Amino acid sequence: MLRIVAALLVTFTLAAETGGELRFCLRTEPKTFNPLLVEDESSETIRYLTAGVLVRLNRYTQELEGELASKWKVAENGRRIDFDLRTNVSFSDGTPFTCEDVAYTIRQLMDPALHSPTGDAFRSAPGAMESKCTGTSSVMARFPGAVAALAAQFDQVGILSARSARKESAVLGPFMVGEYKAGSYIQLRRNPNYWKHDASGKKLPYLDSIRLEIQQNRELELLRFRRNQLDLVNKLDPEMYDRLAAEMPKSVIDAGPSLDWEVVFFNQVATSPLPDYKRQWFRSDAFRRAISEAINREDICRVVYRGHARPAIGPASVSNHFWLNASLKPAAYSVPSALTRLERDGFHRSGDTLLDRAGHKVEFSMITNAGNKLHERTLALIQQDLSKLGIQLNVVVLDFPSLIERISRSFNYESVLMAITNVDLDPNSQMNIWVSSADNHQWNPAQKTPETPWEAEMDKLMQAQNAAQDLNQRKAYFDRVQAIVWERAPVLFLVNPNALAAVSSNVKNVTPATLRPQIYWNAERLTIGGTLVSQR
Amino acid sequence: MKRAQNIALILLGLVAAASLFAGVLASSSYSEQFRDSLSAMPSTRFPLGTDELGRDRFARLLYGTRVSLLLAPAAALLSTLIAALVGGTAGYLGGKWERAVTSGIDLFLSLPWLFLLLTVRALLPLNTSPVTSVIITFLLLGCLGWATPARIVRAGTRTLVHSDYLVQARANGVSGIRLFWRHLLPNLRPILLAQFWISVPVFILSEANLGLLGLGVSEPLPSWGAMLRELENYTAILHNPWMLAPAALLVVVVCCLQLVLRTEDGIPC
Repeated sequence: MLRIVAALLVTFTLAAETGGELRFCLRTEPKTFNPLLVEDESSETIRYLTAGVLVRLNRYTQELEGELASKWKVAENGRRIDFDLRTNVSFSDGTPFTCEDVAYTIRQLMDPALHSPTGDAFRSAPGAMESKCTGTSSVMARFPGAVAALAAQFDQVGILSARSARKESAVLGPFMVGEYKAGSYIQLRRNPNYWKHDASGKKLPYLDSIRLEIQQNRELELLRFRRNQLDLVNKLDPEMYDRLAAEMPKSVIDAGPSLDWEVVFFNQVATSPLPDYKRQWFRSDAFRRAISEAINREDICRVVYRGHARPAIGPASVSNHFWLNASLKPAAYSVPSALTRLERDGFHRSGDTLLDRAGHKVEFSMITNAGNKLHERTLALIQQDLSKLGIQLNVVVLDFPSLIERISRSFNYESVLMAITNVDLDPNSQMNIWVSSADNHQWNPAQKTPETPWEAEMDKLMQAQNAAQDLNQRKAYFDRVQAIVWERAPVLFLVNPNALAAVSSNVKNVTPATLRPQIYWNAERLTIGGTLVSQR
Repeated sequence: MKRAQNIALILLGLVAAASLFAGVLASSSYSEQFRDSLSAMPSTRFPLGTDELGRDRFARLLYGTRVSLLLAPAAALLSTLIAALVGGTAGYLGGKWERAVTSGIDLFLSLPWLFLLLTVRALLPLNTSPVTSVIITFLLLGCLGWATPARIVRAGTRTLVHSDYLVQARANGVSGIRLFWRHLLPNLRPILLAQFWISVPVFILSEANLGLLGLGVSEPLPSWGAMLRELENYTAILHNPWMLAPAALLVVVVCCLQLVLRTEDGIPC
C-alpha cells in the first residue's frame, strides 16, 4: 500500500514539474510570425518564445550568453563577427541546424527587399555585406560598416531554416506555434527538438504549452487573472497593481525601475509657428533647467505612480547598471534655485506672474496623449509646481495621431509630456534621439548642421561611441553625453516607471527582471503548479 | 404635489446658492493639491475627502456644479430648440419635406461625429483657457445632440397635425405660421420637456467621455462629468462611498427640476 502511495506521489511530482500550460494575454494581434519582420510588441513576444538566437542577453544579469553559438569573436573594428555553432541541434521540424542556416538568415536580414526592421541596426554604412560558412560549424558575417555592440544585436535575430519548406514553422526556440485563431488566441507548443537541458539533464522547456489570449481590455485581463483563468499579467499600471496587491499580495511583483522614461521637451524648431519670444524661452538653457528644477519628481513618483517609479536622471535608467553615469543625480527640486536661474536669464516676477525681459507673461501649453490617466495626473502636478514660479501652464490632451502630427510634422506645439519606451540597454539604440540630424531628435529634429555647440559635441560623442569597440571607451563617451543632457536639459527626464507584474502562485521558477519580457524571460524554465526545479 | 415642488425648489435653491458661494463654503481652492493628504477620508477640513491628487472634493463639487448646472441645461436647451424646429417643421409640412428631413436626420445620425470632434480639438488653439474649452464643448454637444429628439418631435407633430382642434383652426382660416407657433408648438411641450430632461444628464456624462478625446473640461477646472470619471474605479467606490456625491447630486438636481416644472395634474408644464 505504502509503495502504491509513494509511486503515486512520485508520478504526481514529475507531472507537476514538467507539464502544464502557461496562460497570459497579448494586448494586440501579432502582425507577423517572421522573426526578421518583427515591429510590434505581440510579434516580439512570439519571436522571443519561438525563435532560436545565436546569443541572448540574460535579462536578469544583463550579461550576454551563448545560445546557438558556443563562442563568438568580433573583429575588424566591429565590422566582422565569427560564430562557433553548437552541434547536434535540429529545428522543430527535424531539419538539422547548420552554418548555412545562419548565413542564410543574415543574408535575409540584410536583404533590402525584405525591409527587416531588425536589420536596420546592422546597416551602419552603404555597401555590400558578406556571410558564409567558414567550417562545418562556424560562420562569419562582414557588414559594410562598424556595428556598435555587434554581438548583442544578434539577441534580436531569430535564425531561419535555409532548407525547410515552411520556414516560419521551423524554429529553434523552446516553443513553436501550434494553433492560431485570429483575434482570439495563439497556442505555442513545446518544441520537441529544443536543444537545451537543465542541470540534471532533463529536456527543456518544462511547460507543455503557452496559451496567449488576445485581449485589449486591461480590466478584463485583470478579472481573468483574479479568476485564475490567466497565470500572469506582464505589465500592470500602478493603480491596478495596488488594487491587486490589496486582494492578492503574494501575486504582485514590483521588479524595480524599468528602462522606460516619462519625459518633457520643448519645441526648439526654428521654423515652427511659435512667436519668437516663446522660441527664445524654449531655446534658453536656463529656462529649461529652471523648469526642470521646479518639477517635484519625488511627488510624481509618490502621487501619480503610487511609489512605483524612480526619479529619472537621464538617457540611462537607474536599472541600466553598466551604462548609467553614476556621477549624475536626478535634478533636485528647488523653487528658489529655479527662480534665481530665471532672474539671471532676464525673467522677473510681477505679483504672482512671471514675465520675460520684454514683459511677456510666461504662459505655455503642454500636450499629452488623451486617455492616459498617469500623464493627465502628472500634468496636473506640473501645473501646480510651475504656478509657484508664476508660470501658467495650459494642459492640453490630444488624441495620439494629432499629438504625433504636431511634434513630428507641423511642429505646432510648445511642450510635450510623453512616454518613451526603451528596450535596449546599449546606447547605440539611442542614436536616433541624440544625433542632431536624426528625425527623432525630437526638440529640434533633422538639423542640417548642429545648431548649438553642445549638440555638435553630442553628435561627435555618439558617433565615437558607435565606432569604438572598447566597451569602457564607449561608456566614457556615453557618460559625457549623459552629462551634457543633464546640463543642457533639452529633454527633462521625469521618472522611470517600475516594471509591475502579477504572477499566479502556480507559476514556479519566476525570476522577475527589469528588462522585457520581465516575467517570462526564462520561459523555458517556468513550471506550473510543481515544485521549484531549478533557479537561475 | 405643491409641497413636493416646494421642497424641490428649496433644494435647487440650496444647490445653486452653494455653488455661487463656493468660495465661502469651501475651505480651499478647487485646484490646490494637498499632496500629503491623498485620497483622504472626509473630515472637518475636507467634508468629502480628497481626490487622488489631494484636492478637496467638496470644493471641486461646488465649483463643478457651476459648470455643469449652467452649461449642460444650456446645451440641452439648444439641442431641444433645434429638434423642435427641424422635427416640428418636418411633421407639420409633411410630404416631401418630411421625407427629406427624415433622410437628413438618418444621415446625420450615421455620420462619424467622433472624427469631427477630433478635428475640432485639433483646430483649437493650444492655449485655449479651460473656460473657453468647456463652453465650446457644450456648444458642440448642443449642436450635435438634436437628431434623435427631432425624430420623436416629428412623430409627435404628425399625430397633432390631424387633431380636431388643428383641423378646426385651419378651417377657420388661421395662417400656417400662427398655427405652428400658437397651436402646435405649445402642445408639443411635454415631448420637448421630456427630451430636454433626458439630454441634461446625457450631456453631463458626454462631457466626461469627451475628456478621453482631449475635449471637455481641462485641468484644473472641475465638472460633474470629470468627477464622475473617477467612478470607473469600482473598488475605490467600495472603500470611499463619498465618491458617489457628484452622481447623487446629479440625480437630486434632475429629479428636483422635473418636480418643479410639473403642473398640478402631474404633467410637465
